[in-house]
Amino acid sequence: MRTLAVARAVAWRTLHNVFTNPSLFIPSLLFPLFFFTAFAGGLSRVREVPGFDYSQGYTAFQFVFVLLQSAAFGGVFTGFGIARDFESGFARRLLLAAPNRTGIVLGYAAAALGRWLATATILTVIALAVGMHVGGNGVDLFGLYTLAALLNIAAVFWAAGVAMRLRTMQAGPVMQFPVFLVLFFAPVYVPLTLLSGWIHAVAVVNPVTRVVEAGRGFLAGSPTEVAAAFAAAVLLAAAFAVWALRGLRNAEAAGA
Amino acid sequence: MRVLADQVYLLARRSVVRTARQPANVIAPLVFPMLLLAVNSGGLKAETRLPGFPTNSFFAFALAVPFMQGALFATMNAGTDLARDIQTGFLNRLSLTPMRSIALLAGQLGGVVTMGIVQAAVYLSVGLIIGVRLASGPAGVLAIFALAILVSLGFGALGSFAALRTGSGEAVQSLFPAFFVFLFLSSMNIPRNLIEATWFRDVATLNPVSYLIEGFRSLIIIGWDGQALALAFGIAAAITVIALVLSSWALRVRMART
Repeated sequence: MRTLAVARAVAWRTLHNVFTNPSLFIPSLLFPLFFFTAFAGGLSRVREVPGFDYSQGYTAFQFVFVLLQSAAFGGVFTGFGIARDFESGFARRLLLAAPNRTGIVLGYAAAALGRWLATATILTVIALAVGMHVGGNGVDLFGLYTLAALLNIAAVFWAAGVAMRLRTMQAGPVMQFPVFLVLFFAPVYVPLTLLSGWIHAVAVVNPVTRVVEAGRGFLAGSPTEVAAAFAAAVLLAAAFAVWALRGLRNAEAAGA
Repeated sequence: MRVLADQVYLLARRSVVRTARQPANVIAPLVFPMLLLAVNSGGLKAETRLPGFPTNSFFAFALAVPFMQGALFATMNAGTDLARDIQTGFLNRLSLTPMRSIALLAGQLGGVVTMGIVQAAVYLSVGLIIGVRLASGPAGVLAIFALAILVSLGFGALGSFAALRTGSGEAVQSLFPAFFVFLFLSSMNIPRNLIEATWFRDVATLNPVSYLIEGFRSLIIIGWDGQALALAFGIAAAITVIALVLSSWALRVRMART
């Protein structure tokens, strides 16, 4: 019960900060919109490449990647806030005041989810407004957004673990860069079957590939690799939850 | 004249040494563009199967892009360093010396151009090691370096202008996403004639960054394309002249304030 109370307070404060401070919210909103515009708009001829067989068109194909990217970066941006809290000394007071410190990590995770939901809503509305085709039914779409939410949670736990260990804003690239790499080593521009060479070998073993391919299957209404995708997303979230909680213990031991 | 040259040399050396002492400022402009090149050339290799695509090597096609990304980093580094000089009061102290203001700008940009040359050498070497053969031959190397120097100078001057106007490193850093937008809304990933969405093709056609990329690209995959080179060098020269005029004016205003 105390855990939930702490989580609720941390989440409310984080969301309040984000939504009342345009310099925090707007970049996390503009980046996915910009990538969606650049990829779906500029590269639409890629659907004419022999072997490209995604039925809903290139806009839908790119929408799934950008939605998942927005989820992951929503988590990373929240990690920046955690680092800022440590740098400003707020986290130290938070650690002293919280009766259950696990709630702090859960609160940040809930805030990342809330922040991403706002971005995802705007992104979806814009994608539909520009004529994105949706082949999946309600259940399929629920699967797509659930996968994205799991990725968001995995990313915020990763970023929280880094922020709580390094406790400085300079840790930003350490949070961001691996997430950027893992996302872009998945099949971003074409399906996995059209990749070749080293990038294909990397994409095959990249867990995010399963999530991206399953997400595209959900949007097209022909679910594929669902079990593997959910297993990958849940495992990532669970592993990074442990990473984040150990980071919290690290911060406690250091006296924040 | 000799005194001015000495002043420029001292400040250029300071600019290079300061950059070299900050590994992030050296490594990021070298590694990040190469990483994006690797990711994009792997992911978009299938694009070469589109009818009308100008080469069968997407890596060669995309090799032009790092030169522009390097220029963006030059903008940020030049601007941030100059802004730090303003914030720390170094510029104020300098204004009390016989140092001529033009030497400050030239010295700062000398450092940026030096970094631009290093970056161009690294990008080109990686391309050649991977197996890219320049369609313009050995003389094309000189043309690529000339264009890289001009682009670094122009974008470095833009960064200096931003720093002199705002006097804030954060304000200069916040320009990075705006420049990134110019890069992505260009012909960086696909030739303009193959862009299907009319609005995107129009934006890419109006975007000067497209022509700079196409200038580098023409030397790598086409050969000696007079029109592409004239546009690239012309636009780079225009950006350089405009940015230098603006920077000189901003420097005069800034020095008057101090």
